[in-house]
Amino acid sequence: MSTPAVIEAGSTGGRRSRARRASEGTPAVVRPGRLSIGIVTLWLSLIVLLPLAAVVAKSLDDGVGAFWTAVSGRQAVAALRFTLIVSLIVTAINALAGTLIAWVLVRDEFRGKRAINALIDLPFALPTIVAGITLLALYGNSSPLGIDVAYTQVAVAFALLFVTLPFVVRSVQPVLLELDREMEEAATSLGASGWTTFRRIVLPNLVPAILGGCALAFARAVGEFGSVVLISGNIPFQTQVASVFVYKQLEGDAPVSAAAVSVVLLLLSLAVLLGIRGLARLGARHER
Amino acid sequence: MSAERTTRYGLRTLALAYLGALLFVPVGLVLYRTFQPGIVEVWASITTPAAVHAFQLTMMVTLIAVPLNTVLGILAALVIVRGRFRGKAFLDMLIDLPFAISPIVVGLSLIFVYGRTGWFGSALANAGIQIIFSWPGIVLATIFVTLPFVVREVAPVLREVGTEQEQAAATLGASSWQTFRRVTLPAIRWGVAYGVVLSTARAIGEFGAVSVVSGHIAGQTETLTLLVEQRFQNFNIAGAYAASALLAVIALGTLLAMTLIKPRKEHA
Repeated sequence: MSTPAVIEAGSTGGRRSRARRASEGTPAVVRPGRLSIGIVTLWLSLIVLLPLAAVVAKSLDDGVGAFWTAVSGRQAVAALRFTLIVSLIVTAINALAGTLIAWVLVRDEFRGKRAINALIDLPFALPTIVAGITLLALYGNSSPLGIDVAYTQVAVAFALLFVTLPFVVRSVQPVLLELDREMEEAATSLGASGWTTFRRIVLPNLVPAILGGCALAFARAVGEFGSVVLISGNIPFQTQVASVFVYKQLEGDAPVSAAAVSVVLLLLSLAVLLGIRGLARLGARHER
Repeated sequence: MSAERTTRYGLRTLALAYLGALLFVPVGLVLYRTFQPGIVEVWASITTPAAVHAFQLTMMVTLIAVPLNTVLGILAALVIVRGRFRGKAFLDMLIDLPFAISPIVVGLSLIFVYGRTGWFGSALANAGIQIIFSWPGIVLATIFVTLPFVVREVAPVLREVGTEQEQAAATLGASSWQTFRRVTLPAIRWGVAYGVVLSTARAIGEFGAVSVVSGHIAGQTETLTLLVEQRFQNFNIAGAYAASALLAVIALGTLLAMTLIKPRKEHA
């Protein structure tokens, strides 16, 4: 839902703001003054920055050595490694499935398409705990299909696929809608097959959107908790993901360890956000 | 021609099968199993005192978090789009962080600030204010996770509409506030509405962050999503399904609102 907006925020800002600056002769449009900037800064600092600073501080409460011991513990490493691997696999599947679904929703026509298009956002609207229960109903021990994958690594992947489904679809869809069909028609008339046309003409135009969607899906998968907590069974060294590990550390009264692994997750989030911004800037330059 | 058609049907089948297996069939199954015993049982299950309290708490938290994030979100969008000051890129980044951060980290961070041993722990205890394991903590967690939605929906619309109409209003003698209320606000209203819908859905549905700070006190700090988990853990599967179905209906309502608002937002 916010996928295009996040990318858009970085991509067109520069150009437009220059255009705006040129027409700035007349005063007194609605422009934020010092007071507004102060209020917004204070709000963001209080709600977002202060708590995050507290996590970082807490992780270093017992010194850098304790931090390192916490994040290099066997169980922490296993949880982080599993989280990373499963998130990467889920992101790759999303790249394929998301592009396919976007393609079908834009280029195909069939009955019920509008309803399906609206339902794509369901994983965003549905609470994550409900998502977990939902998947357990079909793929747990009471499965009507006889498929019971509960408490396995596959189940964790299913849960993450569910909650990340909309990201790539919603980021590719608008680009595909705007795409000029003439180039494709030219390629086809020159004898290119449908697959060649897609690979050589369409796909290169979609790559930035696919990557943008993938980055958001990856960030979401790495931090996901609600949909995973029931279906994973939380088996250490097997199905325990990083966020559940943090939760268990806190319950087990090991706040410094919980904070240390949280800082690793935080750094990953930051890296993804910076990556998205870099990507958007690259895309904007390419456009020009 | 027929080869192209085969490809088209093949891709369509593949996409629909994926969506069916992952999304439609599981959600359909839960709804079917919920209502199979009968609507009376479902109604009884979602009107127990604990369920009613959970519903009221969820609504109260949403009614505090969403309006705050709407007003400050519009202001933040104005600051990000039109302000010129040092550190703007940093603020812009801060706004996106809640999207990228694990909800567990959000809850944890609030404990380190407002919890018993947190930064403000003893000061709050002396003042007799409890935030963690009480509703203010749930409100703070919800504000954190829903913070970006309104900003991120309004900012692109603000860029799109530009400032020409506002300048016209100003030339005709309107004050800043009048211009905002009569020109800017109507122009961005569908973006705001979309952001509010997304924030509301997330506020009602948040689980991880709330779970860490709530303390899970039944009848006191239990929200709807926590009720679902607690019932499931206590092997009250029918009760968990009933509460889930209630949340699923709210989610479907959200989708309906999104579908209705989106075209207006885009052709503003």
